[in-house]
Amino acid sequence: MFFRELYNYRYLLREIVAKNIKIQYRNSVLGIFWTFLQPLLTTLVLVFIFGYLWGRDSGEDIVNYPIYLLCGRLLYEFYSQSTKRAMRSVTNSASVIKKVKVPKYIYPLSNVISNFITFLISLLVLAGFALFFFLTKNDPPRITPYALLFPAPLLILFLLCTGIGLILSSLAVFFKDIEYLYDVFCMLLFYFTPILYAPRQLGGNRVLHMALMANPLYSILEMFRDCVLRGQLLNPNHLFYSLGFSLAVLLIGGILFWKKQDRFILYI
Amino acid sequence: MEQPAILVEDVSMMFHMNNEKIDNLKEYVIRVLKRKMQYTEFWALRNVSFAVQPGERLGVLGFNGAGKSTLLKIIAGVMKPTKGKVEIRGVVAPLLELGAGFDMNYSGRENIFLYGATMGFSRSYVRQRYDEIIAFSELKDFIDAPVKNYSSGMRARLGFSIATAVEPEVLIVDEVLSVGDAKFKAKSEAKIKGMFDQGVTVLFVSHNTAQVRSLCNKAILLEKGGILAQGEVNQVCDIYDGMVKRK
Repeated sequence: MFFRELYNYRYLLREIVAKNIKIQYRNSVLGIFWTFLQPLLTTLVLVFIFGYLWGRDSGEDIVNYPIYLLCGRLLYEFYSQSTKRAMRSVTNSASVIKKVKVPKYIYPLSNVISNFITFLISLLVLAGFALFFFLTKNDPPRITPYALLFPAPLLILFLLCTGIGLILSSLAVFFKDIEYLYDVFCMLLFYFTPILYAPRQLGGNRVLHMALMANPLYSILEMFRDCVLRGQLLNPNHLFYSLGFSLAVLLIGGILFWKKQDRFILYI
Repeated sequence: MEQPAILVEDVSMMFHMNNEKIDNLKEYVIRVLKRKMQYTEFWALRNVSFAVQPGERLGVLGFNGAGKSTLLKIIAGVMKPTKGKVEIRGVVAPLLELGAGFDMNYSGRENIFLYGATMGFSRSYVRQRYDEIIAFSELKDFIDAPVKNYSSGMRARLGFSIATAVEPEVLIVDEVLSVGDAKFKAKSEAKIKGMFDQGVTVLFVSHNTAQVRSLCNKAILLEKGGILAQGEVNQVCDIYDGMVKRK
């Protein structure tokens, strides 16, 4: 029943995804090039600062600091942008939801999808960096056939973002201040995920390592780096943990959204 | 007997009326801790039942707060009733608030496809109707301008043109016959009358009994969420007019 409805509204899903991408870049001079420029510039800044602090300490796990950092930045940006947009999607579409019969989950879902598409485009920056270091033979990333496994962590990340997006969008209907709390949460998450640093650089604090291991974004990121940076088979423990976590979040989000959606209209 | 086009069975709608609206987590936590979660129940509709046969035109009358809008929203599928159920057969075109599905940053052209998709129509289907929509809205010269630069009359014209281009079988109209200037108003009324002649089922909400008498053949009268009278249009309109005089 759910899938038939989604199939019936596939045009709406496509229209909103296209709209989100178009609107985001319409009013900027460089248009879609911002997808490339934004990660490129922020990475250069971060490499300049943190590469100076920690980057020279590149071991087996980091291999190449700029690429190590860029992987983390891109995945984290996708996570935070897509969940934040999904969170606001239902309240932002209040005018439609109040007047037209429409499946409401279309809004968080389409926001995650449109962010996923721009994220995939921005991966070209990563490919560019990889090629650059490959050609200059300056700590080149280890490109092996395992690199072809890179869609696996990305799909798990997509599931995670969709689940979180469903949870946040239904909560944001009832509690407007969840947005501010989530902003703070995302900032914490940025530092609790090894984006700028490698876990080993944290020292031997056990509690910190436990917290890190519990973070599904860490598992997903490590898998992605295994594929594209270290050229090794992704760690199955990370795979099972992050997949299980993401599916559980998706299930919880789906049930929460499904149960609360009929009451949205009374609050938005 | 034919299956009714609109079947409303024992529909009730209850709202929680908080004395103060809680819309943030901070307030909510404070209230829960203080055990002060009080609601007053408000029944906007109580046990409303009626059926509209295909081709019938039903007028819905009632004073402000009688539950007309709630009823329309439930029939349009926007709200779920607390109790009871609604069944509808055929393609529904709700002319509730025209242009509600528009994106302000989008051009008129793009909004035609977006609005069409919101109503569940495919891109190719909307493309077939595209010229007709633009011709009817008389917005050919502005169709590539963003809708935020449109006047409210232009938006309503575009919304009306899209909503009526899809050949609906059930039309839900909420006093929108006054769209745009006098010229467009006449045109839109003619279009709606034309759809009436083709035998669409109509649900028409209005305060204007003269309009209801001329457009509808049946009517229901709502009062405080219940049906006060239902039946042939002139009888129900007479009761309503009588109530208006007494007030």
